Amino acid sequence: MRYIPHTEEDIRQMLETVGVGSVEALFEGVPAAVRLNRPLALPAPAAESELLRELGRLAARNATAASHLSFLGGGAYNHFIPAVVDQLISRSEFYTAYTPYQPEISQGTLQAIFEYQTLICQLTGMDAANASMYDGASSCAEGVLMAVRATRRRKVLLSRALHPEYRATVATYCRYLELEMIEIPFDAAGRTEPGELERLLDKETAAVVAGYPNFFGVIEDLAAISAAAHDCGAYLVAAVQEPIALGLLKSPGELGADIVAGEGQSFGIPLSYGGPYLGFFAARKKDLRSMPGRLVGETVDSEGRRGFVLTLATREQHIRREKATSNICSNEGLCALMATIYLSLLGKQGIREVAKQNLAKAEYAKQKIAALPGFSLPFAGPTFNEFVVEAQEGADVVLGRLEAAGILGGIALDRWYGGMPGRFLVCVTEQNSREEIDTLVAALAGGGR
Amino acid sequence: MEFPEELKYTEEHEWVMVEADVVTVGITDFAQDQLGDVVFVELPAVGTMVEAGKPFGVVESVKAVSDVYAPVSGEVVEINEELPDAPETINTSPYDDGWMIKIKLSAPAELEGLMDADAYQEFIEEEG
Repeated sequence: MRYIPHTEEDIRQMLETVGVGSVEALFEGVPAAVRLNRPLALPAPAAESELLRELGRLAARNATAASHLSFLGGGAYNHFIPAVVDQLISRSEFYTAYTPYQPEISQGTLQAIFEYQTLICQLTGMDAANASMYDGASSCAEGVLMAVRATRRRKVLLSRALHPEYRATVATYCRYLELEMIEIPFDAAGRTEPGELERLLDKETAAVVAGYPNFFGVIEDLAAISAAAHDCGAYLVAAVQEPIALGLLKSPGELGADIVAGEGQSFGIPLSYGGPYLGFFAARKKDLRSMPGRLVGETVDSEGRRGFVLTLATREQHIRREKATSNICSNEGLCALMATIYLSLLGKQGIREVAKQNLAKAEYAKQKIAALPGFSLPFAGPTFNEFVVEAQEGADVVLGRLEAAGILGGIALDRWYGGMPGRFLVCVTEQNSREEIDTLVAALAGGGR
Repeated sequence: MEFPEELKYTEEHEWVMVEADVVTVGITDFAQDQLGDVVFVELPAVGTMVEAGKPFGVVESVKAVSDVYAPVSGEVVEINEELPDAPETINTSPYDDGWMIKIKLSAPAELEGLMDADAYQEFIEEEG
């Protein structure tokens, strides 16, 4: 990246153009009390080579999936990314147009989004998917808003086993909308408590929101939740934080979900310290027009040639912006393309194979850890590639000990769920070899790496 | 183009049929003709309070998306349930099968501000 400083001469010319005598006079409108009257506290200028060395030194202080054995999940997953993904998205045609602002002339981008939408529909079992959203959490919040619009009701039930950051994002999106937010507790299996769900559901309920798998990695009984929700005329919003699971699980669409929101990072998008990620969003045909964001459709031109257009986006940026149903003003074009390439490379069989490996390895790790003295698995529900471990000596102590041995062993849950000092979330993906899992187990047991 | 004598009209191209204290509302033949093929209609829920001059619904055609404005204030007491599934009815039968909502008047005096068929016809000739 180039750094282009402005010279004294540049500053003089700019001030002259706007007709102001000095930089101080330019900022006269800003009260003196809030102005910074000294230079920024920055170190002296450095040569590019020195800067790179310094940045490298700072970056090396991070513990990452490259520097450590990683068993971290919780909404961001360490999956293998075929080299071709990076190669293809680096084509400048894709790299520069992150979202189609002059859509119909960006046929390649539109076609890629169309394919992406198709893949998301196949994966989720839904009729229509939009061109993508910021991430899983904001997608989940948009799902709640859409359910409120579609049902014209104002009460929302959120499972406490839904990703806590998704819940926080929903709360932020809905803060001033006068919606009633109620949390449904989870049971001993780590699933949304069915009795409490029944008790809280009523004719005022717009949506029930549950993770699939949920934050504890537990696979919810989505069919039962959807039946209960539908009995009251409420929508089921299924939030999928780990969509590789859909390679094995019945799709939320098959189980009755009305809206499926989720995070697409698992599909060929690097962990990247938390973003940019990819929110996917799918719904039923009858609700097509209540969907947030934009959709790409297939059509033919006046000569009968196949083409792609932005469609059914009458309330977003393009027309009637003042009537927009969401504040999404872009889509995650490049990330959606990464997911499209990843999914089409793997195909149906490939996704299933990756999912099987995740499940098998996680099950192996579960058994080994459950057999260790001082460790147990508190939730009985079936899981995919993540599960909660309870340690007698306290999660922070265990995880600190592991990190010192070069292992990122999991995520402590006490941060979100008070009163769970011993519990942490462990994730095992296809990236973790049996040897790595054995190393984790040995380290948990007190052995070194 | 038809403009039934017994109806009243607005400058936003809605028609109103008055029956005691309930009025039926739709869009005019002129409006549907200008819009072209209607592909989507959004109506309010029964029980919604509407205010004269404020949008109560949406009509989308292959050419445009337009709000439909309430000609009078009151409560929506009935909606044309079949319309959302067959929005093209607005094109084929704007004054009969293509009716949109029924409003129970809360301020009957508002009716006096509406145009009759002749005035409306004059209005669209001037506008066009």
